Amino acid sequence: MAGAGGGGCPAGGNDLQWCFSQVKGAIDEDVAEADIISTVEFNYSGDLLATGDKGGRVVIFQREQENKGRPHSRGEYNVYSTFQSHEPEFDYLKSLEIEEKINKIRWLPQQNAAHFLLSTNDKTIKLWKISERDKRAEGYNLKDEDGRLRDPFRITALRVPILKPMDLMVEASPRRIFANAHTYHINSISVNSDHETYLSADDLRINLWHLEITDRSFNIVDIKPVNMEELTEVITAAEFHPHQCNVFVYSSSKGTIRLCDMRSSALCDRHAKFFEEPEDPSSRSFFSEIISSISDVKFSHSGRYMMTRDYLSVKVWDLNMESRPVETHQVHEYLRSKLCSLYENDCIFDKFECCWSGSDSAIMTGSYNNFFRMFDRNTRRDVTLEASRENSKPRASLKPRKVCTGGKRKKDEISVDSLDFNKKILHTAWHPAENIIAVAATNNLYIFQDKLN
Amino acid sequence: MMLSKGLKRKREEEREKEALAVDSWWLDPSLPAVAQAPPAVASSSLLDLSVLKLHHSLRQSEPDLRHLVLVVNTLRRIQASMAPEPTLPPVPSPPAAPCVADNLLASSDAALSASMASLLEDLSHIEGLSQAPQPLVDEGPPGRPTGGSPPNLGALDLLGPATGCLLDDELEGLFEDIDTSMYDSELWAPASEGLKPGPEDGPGKEEALELDEAELDYLLDVLVGTQALERPPGPGR
Repeated sequence: MAGAGGGGCPAGGNDLQWCFSQVKGAIDEDVAEADIISTVEFNYSGDLLATGDKGGRVVIFQREQENKGRPHSRGEYNVYSTFQSHEPEFDYLKSLEIEEKINKIRWLPQQNAAHFLLSTNDKTIKLWKISERDKRAEGYNLKDEDGRLRDPFRITALRVPILKPMDLMVEASPRRIFANAHTYHINSISVNSDHETYLSADDLRINLWHLEITDRSFNIVDIKPVNMEELTEVITAAEFHPHQCNVFVYSSSKGTIRLCDMRSSALCDRHAKFFEEPEDPSSRSFFSEIISSISDVKFSHSGRYMMTRDYLSVKVWDLNMESRPVETHQVHEYLRSKLCSLYENDCIFDKFECCWSGSDSAIMTGSYNNFFRMFDRNTRRDVTLEASRENSKPRASLKPRKVCTGGKRKKDEISVDSLDFNKKILHTAWHPAENIIAVAATNNLYIFQDKLN
Repeated sequence: MMLSKGLKRKREEEREKEALAVDSWWLDPSLPAVAQAPPAVASSSLLDLSVLKLHHSLRQSEPDLRHLVLVVNTLRRIQASMAPEPTLPPVPSPPAAPCVADNLLASSDAALSASMASLLEDLSHIEGLSQAPQPLVDEGPPGRPTGGSPPNLGALDLLGPATGCLLDDELEGLFEDIDTSMYDSELWAPASEGLKPGPEDGPGKEEALELDEAELDYLLDVLVGTQALERPPGPGR
C-alpha cells in the first residue's frame, strides 16, 4: 500500500514526468467568489473540457488539432464556449435563495455533431446542447441581406439560397430543464450506460430521470426518516456503473457505500451490497465520523472497482468484496493530529473529489496548499505535486513536493504549519485516454501533461 | 460571529490564513497526550465549539444537511463521553420545544428544527454539568403540555416532600417535564443567581444564552405566580 507523503518518484506508470501545459483564469490575488471553479469534467473523447463555477457559468475548452509544425507540443485547450447555465433563484415559498453554483457537470456520449452535457446546481438540472455553426445561408427570396422583408409582388425571379462559410459560432442552448424534484441539495448526477437515463442525488433521495422527460422522475432511493429527529446519515455521492445499466452506488456521511440493483425493486432502499471498513479502534476520536464521511465515489473505467475519498485517504474497493477496501492510500496523514483545528475552521468538512486515469492504473486527488496527489496502483509509488504560477513555464517539469511532519525540515520541504488551507484542490479530472490532467485551484484551471520523449 | 439569517459566509472572513497549532489546547490537562490515545472525555471547549457550530448551522437560511448531521453526531459523542449517567432526560417530543426552534430556524422542515432544538435542550443540561457552578438554563417554555412526562418524575417528587414545599397538584403538572435533577446535583450552588444567565464566558456563551431570556422571563413569571401559593423559595431563587 502506498505510504504518506511524496516519495519523490513520478507516478502514473512507466515513470511519468508531469509538465506544466496551461493555466486558465485570472492572476489577481483578489479572487472573485463567482470565479471559483466548482466542477471540472472531460468529455468522452477528451477533446472537450468543461468547468463550472460558483457564478453559475460553464466554460468549455476544446483541444486544438495537433500542429504538425510543432511535433513536441500536444494540442492546447482553448475556450470553445462560455455560457450562463444557472442563475440565482429565489424560492418564494420558503424565502430562500437558491445558489447558482454549478455542483456537477456530466457529459453525454456524443451521438451527432452537437455536444450535450448535464449541469446542475442545488435544485435544478439542465441539459445543454452545444453546437457549431460555420455556415450561413445567403440569397433568400423573401428577405434582403439585411433581413428586411421584400415585397413579394416585386419579386420577378426565384433563386436558390446558397450556403456560405462564416466565422465559427458555438451556440449553447438549454434543451431540457429538470426541476422541482429535489427538496434537498443535489450533490451528484450520473449518466447511465444506456444513454437514455440519468440519476440525480441529494442529501436524502436519489431520482432517476429519462433524458427526454422533464415533468416526471422516479424516486429510487429515499433515506429520509419518518421522524427527522432520527436523521443521522445523509447521501454524499452517487454514480451509475459504467457498463451495467441497472447498477448504481451511493455513499454516505458515515463512510459506507451501498450498491443497488434497480431490477430488484422499484425503490432501492435495500442495497444489494454494503461496503464498510470496520473502524480502527486505535485511531478512534471524536472526529472519526466526520473524517470517514465519503466525499466522492467513482467507478473504475473497467467497472470492476470503485474508489472512495474520505477526508484523509482514498480507498479502492473490489466490487466483489464488501468487508474492506483492497487498497488504501493516505492523502495527507499529517493532518490527523490537527483534526481539532481543522474542525474549528471547518476545513474538516471540505469535500475532495478523486479520479481514475484512463487505464485505471493511477488515481489522483487534491489536498491543501494547492497540492494534489497521484498514486500509481501498479508500482505502488505516489507523488505530491503543486499547481502554482511559479511552476508555470511551458513544458516545465513539476517537481515533487514533500510535507515535513516533524523534526528537522529539509530544504524544499514545507512544514505542516505553513500549509495554506485556503488553497484547496477539490476538483480534478483525468483525460479518458491520455496522460493529461486538469486541476482546479480556486479560480484557476491548470492543465498538466506528461513529458513527451 | 453573528451572521444574519440568509447571509452567506464570506470566504475571506471565515477562512483566514492561520498556522495550525498542535492540537493540545482542547485537551483536559489531566489526560495523556493525544498522539497515541484520544482522550476519553472531551473538554468543555470542544463542546462549546460544537454547540456554536450547531447554532451557526441552524441559523443558515437553508442548513447544509451534511454539515448539520455531522456536527450533531459529533456533539452526541461528546455528550456521551461527558455525561455517562443514565439519569439524563430523554429527548422531549417535538411539540414540547417550538419556541426555541422558532427562534433558531427559518427552515420549513419543522420536524428537523424541533429535533435540533430538543438536542440543544439536552445539551443545555450538559453545559450545566461541565461548567459548574453554571446555573441551569432551562430552554423550554414552562407551559408545556403534560404529555411529555419524563421518567425522572422521581426527582420532582423529591423536590416536593424533601424541601417541604406544598405543590398544588395542578401546578405540578406544569413542571412535570422539567428536569429537576440539576437542582439536586452537587454541582449546583444554591447561592447562585437562579435562572438568570450566569457570568458571560465569552461571545459564544452570550450567544447561546441570549435566546433563552424570553423563556426565562416567562418561566420566572410563572414561578413568581406560584410563589404566592405559599411555595417556599425553591433552589436557585
